[in-house]
Amino acid sequence: MMRSDPRALQLNEHGQLKHFLTLDGLDKTILTEILDRADSFLSMGEQSVKKVPLLRGKTVVNLFFENSTRTRTTFELAAKRLSADVINLNIETSATSKGESLLDTLKNLEAMQSDMFIVRHSDSGAAHFIAEHCTPNVAIINAGDGRHAHPTQAMLDMLTIRRHKGTFEGIKVAIVGDILHSRVARSELHAMTTLGVEEVRLVGPKTLVPDFFSEMGATICHDLEAGLKDVDVIIMLRLQKERMKGALLPSEGEFYRLYGLTEESLSWAKPDAIVMHPGPINRGVEISSEVADGEHSVILDQVTNGIAVRMAVLSMAMSGQVQSDDVLGDEK
Amino acid sequence: MKLRIQNGRVIDPSQGIDLVTDLYVENQKIAGIGDAPAGFENADVIDAAGLWVLPGLVDLAVALREPGFSQKGSIATEGRAAVSGGVTTLICPPDTNPIVDTPAVAALIQDKADEAGMANVFPLGALTQGLDGAHLSNMVSLTDAGCVALSNHRRPMASTKVLFRALEYAATHDLLVVFHPDESSLSEGGCAHEGLMSTMHGLAGIPETAETIALMRDLLLVEKSGVRAHFARLSCAKSVEMIADARAAGLDVTADVAVHNLLLSDQVLNQFNGHYHVLPPLRGEGDRLTLIEGLKSGAITAICSDHQPHEKMAKVAPFSATEPGMANVEVLLPLALTLMDEGDLDLSTVLSCLTYGPASCFGLEAGTLAVGSFADFVLFDSTAQWDWTLDNRKTKGQNSPYFGESFNGRVMSTFISGQRVYHLA
Repeated sequence: MMRSDPRALQLNEHGQLKHFLTLDGLDKTILTEILDRADSFLSMGEQSVKKVPLLRGKTVVNLFFENSTRTRTTFELAAKRLSADVINLNIETSATSKGESLLDTLKNLEAMQSDMFIVRHSDSGAAHFIAEHCTPNVAIINAGDGRHAHPTQAMLDMLTIRRHKGTFEGIKVAIVGDILHSRVARSELHAMTTLGVEEVRLVGPKTLVPDFFSEMGATICHDLEAGLKDVDVIIMLRLQKERMKGALLPSEGEFYRLYGLTEESLSWAKPDAIVMHPGPINRGVEISSEVADGEHSVILDQVTNGIAVRMAVLSMAMSGQVQSDDVLGDEK
Repeated sequence: MKLRIQNGRVIDPSQGIDLVTDLYVENQKIAGIGDAPAGFENADVIDAAGLWVLPGLVDLAVALREPGFSQKGSIATEGRAAVSGGVTTLICPPDTNPIVDTPAVAALIQDKADEAGMANVFPLGALTQGLDGAHLSNMVSLTDAGCVALSNHRRPMASTKVLFRALEYAATHDLLVVFHPDESSLSEGGCAHEGLMSTMHGLAGIPETAETIALMRDLLLVEKSGVRAHFARLSCAKSVEMIADARAAGLDVTADVAVHNLLLSDQVLNQFNGHYHVLPPLRGEGDRLTLIEGLKSGAITAICSDHQPHEKMAKVAPFSATEPGMANVEVLLPLALTLMDEGDLDLSTVLSCLTYGPASCFGLEAGTLAVGSFADFVLFDSTAQWDWTLDNRKTKGQNSPYFGESFNGRVMSTFISGQRVYHLA
């Protein structure tokens, strides 16, 4: 009994997005379409009237089982700019009743006739789980599941790279820090290998950068200088304080000394390298204030691009649901 | 009562028998194979033409969930599931509620099993009180009450010192100890084999070393204490080597493997399907193949179902939040037989690992059609094609990735002590 491949779970009969769960399995055409559409929304964001009616009359639920101010806010803004009605739900879960409460919560929200769930959850695969157990016609957007995927974050990073570099061909990227626990890094790796980035280097100590990532198409570097040499893009990841408790690192100080991005370490990259960070940043832990606020930093562009990418993804998934409905209607 | 099982293909690895002939049963026991013993002229006849006549299967790991977990299963439901799969003797783990750490609980399970009239049930006793890993259980009393061996299940021991003392105490009384090699500080929090698949999917990994470090420690303690030991549910290639080396060095140890670890690897994790969440986890393809080699070489002498029934909700959650385990006892035999194609194993080896092999690990008088042994046997139609579904299942459990699958080969009848306890309607 082989169930449908979850990578196919997110596409409708026409190969269009109907959920957005992971970048694994999505081809270059779809990823490029997301970026192109986001580009057009970006120019719209500069106009005085920022709304389009693509999701008018639709109810979008921000379903956050894990706290996140920034991601939730940009999703909310994206949905509102598409004229949707937006409900925010922050749901605390106890570790023991997680599974049941998740399904129960879902059934309740379904009964409210929502059209889209934007889900963040601490368990890897949670968005897949919801997409499989939800009634059809509700689009599921993954806003981060455990360590597994954060596909909108990865796509906004791709948009940022494309807008600054013009292309992915021949580009070298270094992702630095806690790769092991990072859903952002995993999704970025899928996006970059699909879009044709020349080289993706993952930089950090062995405790945070397992060798298995080399089988996913990345180059592993344990030395920051080797990792940053001649790269076009540097993506710094946030270092969570609890990593010190798990004996993965001795101290923030030693991490900063070895892997922190400073003006000196930035000089190892190409002169026109851009510096990115999914936020929120820890100044003096993974990145110096001078670099975070400096001319190479595009961290605030990422936030702006995030709204546009999320508008693109929400509108595509909703139209993929509608297209899917039409097919069902024809069959009846 | 006298019974002639006529014209079946009688296969008994314990005696090296594989021929179309008759099997004779008298007074609950096997009376003969081949020529009729005296006095069988008017015996009842069961026509087994076209069927295999096999020793009843011996399954070293069937969780019955009683007492304590009636939402998952009971001695009656899981006993029925077992005999419908051809299992006539089973060993159940001590992780019930209350835990099997007193003679009363051991007796309760056996009484209920007798009442159900299904498979022969042998409980494992807890090695420590409440499986707390710190205080030794009344091992001798438990054994006197019918426990075939002692085990701390997959629960950690408080210290290596306590473990060693438990082994010494068990050795004093010549008791068998069952190990689930697992260094909990390494496996804690993990839900999948640490490898490319778990890394890609962001699932917390259980490294191979969680098993091998514990196994090496346990083997050293077994050698020092002189205890009789059985190692349950090996999952790693290196573990197979370590067991083989220990046996070659003369250590009195045996080992088993769960059928799903022989058939599946971590490649199936791409579906985030919680039905594949098991402990020890489905490991890499290399591990899987080495486990099969371990059956060929004789390092591993038993295949078990590691039957762990769960209610539906236990698996309705994101992968890591699901409860581990599959409920496959009903399809143990057809699943194991696929190893002949998948793993290039011969029929005799597969059947031996389901019958005489596991019985020998625990010193049970079972898994054989030898004259004088209890007449526990199975009639199996190796050509029957059937679908195993949630609707026709016998187990109360709803957790198996194999529901909806088509199987080749089906148990038609199961006999225990000469009595037919299961017959496919």
